[in-house]
Amino acid sequence: MKPAPFDYFRPSSLEEAVALLQRYEGDAKPLAGGQSLIPLLNMRLARPSALVDLSGIPGLDEIKQDGQALLLGAMVRHRSVECSALVAERYPLLREAVGYVGHPAIRTRGTFGGSIAHADPSAELPAVAALVDASFRVIGPSGWRVVSWQDFFVTYLTNSLEPEEILVEARLPLPAQSMGSAFLEVAPRHGDFALVGAGALVGLDAAGRLSEARIVLTGIGGTPWRSSEIEAGLVGREPEARLYRETGASVAASIEPESDVHASADYRRDLAAALVERVLLAAVSRVPERGQGEGKL
Amino acid sequence: MSISPANRYHTIRVTVNDQSYEREVEARLLLSDFLRHTLELTGTHVGCEHGVCGACTVLLDGQPARSCLTLAVQADGHEITTVEGLATGEQELSPLQQAFHAHHGLQCGYCTPGFLITASAYLQDNPNPTEEQVRAALSGNLCRCTGYQNIVAAVLDAARALRGESSPQEV
Repeated sequence: MKPAPFDYFRPSSLEEAVALLQRYEGDAKPLAGGQSLIPLLNMRLARPSALVDLSGIPGLDEIKQDGQALLLGAMVRHRSVECSALVAERYPLLREAVGYVGHPAIRTRGTFGGSIAHADPSAELPAVAALVDASFRVIGPSGWRVVSWQDFFVTYLTNSLEPEEILVEARLPLPAQSMGSAFLEVAPRHGDFALVGAGALVGLDAAGRLSEARIVLTGIGGTPWRSSEIEAGLVGREPEARLYRETGASVAASIEPESDVHASADYRRDLAAALVERVLLAAVSRVPERGQGEGKL
Repeated sequence: MSISPANRYHTIRVTVNDQSYEREVEARLLLSDFLRHTLELTGTHVGCEHGVCGACTVLLDGQPARSCLTLAVQADGHEITTVEGLATGEQELSPLQQAFHAHHGLQCGYCTPGFLITASAYLQDNPNPTEEQVRAALSGNLCRCTGYQNIVAAVLDAARALRGESSPQEV
């Protein structure tokens, strides 16, 4: 099928873009990489009256370090994240996760902001954003605001932006260099939508026990999933196989995944338990002082 | 790019296989349809129109991209390479195309342009891949006929040829 007719604009400033969105009174969509939006147009699941292409606005495609955070412009292509020396050096978690986003052709065009705004329940980058407590800078008719990841992701394919607002930049706090991280997902084929994905970020204290442990899941609900209770329960614990297994089991008991044509709820629960175990193991093994090098996932 | 009052129609300028074109297009025209119908370059195939099959893959400024997930208007000012542009100069077939021929890497041929584009871009950046890496790199291209084995063999053989270690073999 083909998209229904629409008007198309390629403004050269954010102010112009917001004005265009206002002009269409909620019936215009920003266009970033198009890798999620255009399929919806092609299948006529979405029929906006206008598209506002953000690719002509300068400065939206930068990756920069700002103190203890990484700033990613909304138009940063996944491929740029893959190829970025800064990300490779300071954000291995992000580098590992972006490799799971679609296929190379998708990563050529798809963008960080687009993935976040699209809020697919099994997407990788919203999960990474949740794991590191990211926040997002948004512009709209009332000006600028900053939105936490908890306030941004509402439910399946739904964010908290007003129709005339545009996600401009993501702020990803940098994990301390003494931490270890891992991201892993299971999909029917490499590059397919994840059935379940998991990420972990851990730190160890001087005695070798967990000083901090964060876990995120994607694919088991409408938004990325974390549990402050489970994470708090890991602090001070000895990082060992039994702990990872127990944690996997308690995560599986805490989640309420859906059954769908791709996987049953039980299978997603099993996957969640297994993935949590594996990412914890890998993240701990990647803590620099452990000296065990790359944990194999 | 000039904009008509309704912003439904735009004049775009694209370079395809080193040739420049200027055409007026509807905003909703997909790049895949622009190539096939407006430019009559029918080598690019349309399999799913939602980005999963890879048959429509072209090079956009040298990088693989789904032409079914790109609007023609987004290609304004950019360079496209389609399967018709893979063999250069006096070549009839590029080394990769030669390897597909030699290894029977196609049957109906519908997915083949997408595989050729994806593989040629991949080998440019990864001249010495393992079989596993080739399979991962091609995971975004679906084939209903071959079972992939000969496709993978062809890509590995072409990689060898491009490294100068052999010529694509007749099998």
